[in-house]
Amino acid sequence: MKTVYTHPKYLKKVPFHYCPGCGHSVIHRLIAELIDEMNIHDRVLGIPPCGCSVFAYNYLDIDMTEAAHGRGAAVATGMKRAFPEAIVFSYQGDGDLAAIGTAETIHAANRGENITVISVNNAVYGMTGGQMAPTTLLDQWTTTTPYGRDAKTAGHPVKMCELVAVLDGSVYVERTAVDSPANIRKAKKAIQKGFQVQMDNLGFSLVEVLSPCPVNWKMTPVESWEWIEKEMEKVFPLGIIKDTTGKKDAD
Amino acid sequence: MDGNSAIGEAAIRAGCQCYFGYPITPQNELTEYMAAHLGKRKGCTFIQAESELAAINMVFGASVVGARAMTSSSSPGISLKQEGISYLAACELPAVIVNMCRGGPGLGSIAAAQSDYFQATRGGGHGDYRTIVLAPSSVQELADFTHRAFDLADKYHTPVLILGDGMLGQMMEPVEFKHEAPEVLPVRSGALRGAKGRPSRIIKTLSSNPADVEELNWSLFRRYELIKKEEVTYETFMVDDAKLIVVAFGIAARIAKGAIKNARASGLQVGMLRPTTLWPFPSQKVRELAQNTKQFLVFELNMGQMIEDVQLALEGKGEVSFYGRPGGVVSAPNEVLRVITRLYYQKGLEK
Amino acid sequence: MGRSLAQAAMEEGKSATYLPSYGVEVRGGTCNCTVAVSDEEIASPIASSPEYVVVMNQPSLVKFQNQIESGGLLFVNSSLVDSQISRGDIDVVRVPASSMAEELGNPKSVNMVMMGAFIKKTNLVSISTLIDGLASALKNKEDLVEINKKALLAGYGLF
Repeated sequence: MKTVYTHPKYLKKVPFHYCPGCGHSVIHRLIAELIDEMNIHDRVLGIPPCGCSVFAYNYLDIDMTEAAHGRGAAVATGMKRAFPEAIVFSYQGDGDLAAIGTAETIHAANRGENITVISVNNAVYGMTGGQMAPTTLLDQWTTTTPYGRDAKTAGHPVKMCELVAVLDGSVYVERTAVDSPANIRKAKKAIQKGFQVQMDNLGFSLVEVLSPCPVNWKMTPVESWEWIEKEMEKVFPLGIIKDTTGKKDAD
Repeated sequence: MDGNSAIGEAAIRAGCQCYFGYPITPQNELTEYMAAHLGKRKGCTFIQAESELAAINMVFGASVVGARAMTSSSSPGISLKQEGISYLAACELPAVIVNMCRGGPGLGSIAAAQSDYFQATRGGGHGDYRTIVLAPSSVQELADFTHRAFDLADKYHTPVLILGDGMLGQMMEPVEFKHEAPEVLPVRSGALRGAKGRPSRIIKTLSSNPADVEELNWSLFRRYELIKKEEVTYETFMVDDAKLIVVAFGIAARIAKGAIKNARASGLQVGMLRPTTLWPFPSQKVRELAQNTKQFLVFELNMGQMIEDVQLALEGKGEVSFYGRPGGVVSAPNEVLRVITRLYYQKGLEK
Repeated sequence: MGRSLAQAAMEEGKSATYLPSYGVEVRGGTCNCTVAVSDEEIASPIASSPEYVVVMNQPSLVKFQNQIESGGLLFVNSSLVDSQISRGDIDVVRVPASSMAEELGNPKSVNMVMMGAFIKKTNLVSISTLIDGLASALKNKEDLVEINKKALLAGYGLF
């Protein structure tokens, strides 16, 4: 009999606390599978963000450390510099990456720190109850944009991939989504490439993942998949934004 | 050697592997020293970070993986680092932080001051925690205390602060280094190095259960009680027959010592207590001294901060006067001598 | 100048501290330093009233002449300072340091001319320690050592 799917080795056997339809559980699983497949469990170090996925360490069975909100890239820098043999990744939300931690992210990328940043973009602040994120779309309703996000007073959605891509220190930047089986497979491939870039000592990699937050979007899980495809991907186009690694895809 | 560079050299000899800093006067010589001397050492790292916030969080990261790491700044920059210091304390991670204090509040002046005493000794950031605070008063002590700071940080798994000032940092004095830099950089046990052949580890403070956080606080404070018992240090100067005890730390203690020498020359029986750990504070010693005299004069380069610790220690069993100059203005010894003399006669101590 | 004095005192086995002023100072302003030299441990590196004051320009004279201890020595760069010294309780040593340095062909060696005169009058450290110090401070720059040595000796030979 052929095994088609099994519980990933490095995903702890506990139920997720995430809301139904949340993208975090899918992304956690992708990372756990990759750690096994790439055989890096003995040296991988992870940093969860502030936000819903702060509890990532309850699920991923690897060495992990908390970081202050937004400081993931700075903490990752310290870890990698002091222990270069490690594979260091930070798992950050959109607010963590593109609001409070913009400086840390931009400068880690600019120094070409050999780390991998996995950024989960759900266009909203999930844990605190659905406030505006830097990536909230124009006219999108959130609890702090009750009349829709107005560019005049609340600015525009921040596109971190594009910002990071212009820096000479970044080598691999890709935006993916977990809104369909095909895209989930692409997201996994992108994260795999991010880790590989780091293992090859090539420099800074950023993988953004558009991810659903049905509860705060006030949608069903299926509607939120559709909303990512129809609305989010218009503003945040998927695909490789930058790749100067000079190598083929990770597969 | 200047004081700031002496800290840098001592840190390297203590096995410091990582320095992360952001320029601010008057501690730039330290950042520059580390750029020139640490960065080129095998396995060591120097980063001029994008901000003090980033620097302290890089220290956090290096400490997570078990390296000896330090950062330095001056007052406004130390305020920014408080976020990271709170996390270091909560995660029970060692780190060394140097504050070459300047006149505040706000941007203030770049001249020497001691206005960050409260911030240093009361934890500084959010939450209920303390950091060990060492207060050197010479270039030699800057070097010695830097070494001690790394050892204490590792021993108690806590951030340790060295509270100096702009004058100590810039001043040149002879200094002797008592250690050679280690061949192999130390890696603390219990660090995150990958879950190879052992269960995975988590470093965290957040919990959805307040009782967990309460237990963390209890555990921290049990350790703090131990530190208070074991690590208090101070220097006394001519206290045996003193009718008036001056309490001062850091550069202020040097100035006071000069004044006391002159006071002694004119027959005034004055002595000095100089705490070299500000937290834990030598409260016991203050009480001991109060058995011989009731008169204390606290001299600080601020509006009166350490005086509260002296008063707390005395529990009303002594009379405490204060003299201070804030904002970066530094008294000369004769100014302090005038204060000592006036107080001495006001209190009738010559009889 | 202050730094090499402190260094020389240290070489001779004395206690020494060198405390620079820092901050917003301009060339020709009142940038200053305090040097303490003693056979015992030095308590305060800050001097209430120094025994010796060396002023290199007019603004410094205005700022520092009142601090000097009664009976002390005031060294004045007389090339740049022409005003009368108002205090009668101190001795004044006038050294035309700037013009002497210019005559020696290197205006920048003005501080070494003054230094030579200073140690001749005060005997705080020996001239040979200072000359040795020059050699170690200016490694591989023989021409600079020569210039500074010449200036030092010129000042030293003034009195």
